[in-house]
Amino acid sequence: MAQDFLVARDVSYRYAARRGVQAPEVLSNFEVALTEGEFFCLLGPSGCGKTTVLNLMAGFLPPTSGTITLAGQPIVGPGIDRTVVFQSDDALFTWLRTIDNVAFGLRMRGLPAERRHAIAREYLHLVHLDGQENKYPNELSGGMKQRVQIARVLATDPKILLMDEPFGALDAQTRSRLQDELVEIWRKTNKTIVFITHDIAEAILLADRIGVMTKGPGSRLGVIIPVDLPRPRRRGHPGFGEMWEHLNAIIEGEEGDET
Amino acid sequence: MTEVSGPRNAADTMAVAPRLANLLGKLKTEHLIYAASIIGMVVLWHVVATTFFKPQFFPGPLAVLATGTEMVASGELFEHVSISLQRILLGFLIGSAVAAPAGLVMGSVPVVRAIFDPYAQFFRFVPSLAWLTPVVIWFGIGETSKVLIIVYTTVFIVLINTMVGVSHIAENKLRAAACLGATPFKSFLHVTLPATLPFILTGMRLAMGNSFATVVAAEMIAADSGLGFLIFNSRLWMATDKIFIGIVCLGTLGLITDRFFRYLVVRFAHQYGPIE
Repeated sequence: MAQDFLVARDVSYRYAARRGVQAPEVLSNFEVALTEGEFFCLLGPSGCGKTTVLNLMAGFLPPTSGTITLAGQPIVGPGIDRTVVFQSDDALFTWLRTIDNVAFGLRMRGLPAERRHAIAREYLHLVHLDGQENKYPNELSGGMKQRVQIARVLATDPKILLMDEPFGALDAQTRSRLQDELVEIWRKTNKTIVFITHDIAEAILLADRIGVMTKGPGSRLGVIIPVDLPRPRRRGHPGFGEMWEHLNAIIEGEEGDET
Repeated sequence: MTEVSGPRNAADTMAVAPRLANLLGKLKTEHLIYAASIIGMVVLWHVVATTFFKPQFFPGPLAVLATGTEMVASGELFEHVSISLQRILLGFLIGSAVAAPAGLVMGSVPVVRAIFDPYAQFFRFVPSLAWLTPVVIWFGIGETSKVLIIVYTTVFIVLINTMVGVSHIAENKLRAAACLGATPFKSFLHVTLPATLPFILTGMRLAMGNSFATVVAAEMIAADSGLGFLIFNSRLWMATDKIFIGIVCLGTLGLITDRFFRYLVVRFAHQYGPIE
């Protein structure tokens, strides 16, 4: 078994108290251990705190209690070893051309323009955006914008990609293509990926392992289901339907507790 | 000489002709309405002024044009226009240069905002003209006072707009910058500043309008030159035609400066998504 890479231990999170009234816990006793290079999907009903998990891993929020470590080092804030692909394209810098969006992290590192543009071009090629480097984000389609986001985080060569429902706002056709391309990119770059989704089929198509979260408030990781279907995966492949039913039953069981 | 340049000119003309035709095609609807509207208003002005009023109460466009031509010939008009414009631009530019950075810092750093926000919120409701007398006492009757009054007018509009702009930055942008390795200062420089630019520019456009209003009032009370002085001084002589010259000049100058400002924004800052 590979060594633990990104590890969350007994993590709880609650928002700050308001007028002395304590807010309910979003997460309680959240635990997960990821291995290097794996594609991990975090699946769960909406409102269960998936994005909070990602924000904690990214270092945007500090856990109320518990620790998250990356290769043994505690996470205390945002860092270039963990870059985020956001669901909303408002994360792109609209005043920068595509190539300068992708080169942003390299610029922060102090690379001269020529070097960083050369690297950015490679990553634009990887996400099939050749020839789009001089366009501004508002001139690109929704799918292309998400490709720019993916190229942008890859260009800084992070250890982990944190992806928060990056294809959630795209049409079915585009989403399906980007899912295939993401698997291809993952294989080429050997990155560890944490991918948040509420779409069961998407999780099965992408993940090595799927972590299902319990419903909030105070949610945690329920079961972890390994997906050992051969890649490339298709919805019609044997085993896909059974796995979908299985996961759906778990999530419905979670949601069923409400009533 | 003509033989050498002849063919080149012909080639230029050939290239220009279709572009000109294209331009005229675009001009047709919107700009024709524009022109018709202006001509219509001047005609209406003429009819109303000559039918219902004595010329000394409401001079028509022809009378105003005649006086205007005289004032242009004597150099009097140019003097008033240039001094007013100088006061406006100087005050406007200094005010913007102070307010935009201040608004960026106040918007980004909560402690700084907590310190200065009460003053910003207090003084923005005090019209600049309320300060005219103290300013003249402190800084004299010269240009400094008038420019300072315009600076004051500009500062609060640009400041408030800039702060609003900072608060409107999508949190995802700042988070993206942070995980891509931007330090707080670099994030301020490379995200907060460019993302706020449209709001700063909008604030500047609004402030430009207020600067025109303020310069006239200031010149009415404490000046011996400028369009405000022209308007106010003409009142003593019942020179309504000169008052109308002042009014037409102010409107035209305002329109031209605003158009020029918009041109600069579109030309040099279009990628920042300026608000039209």
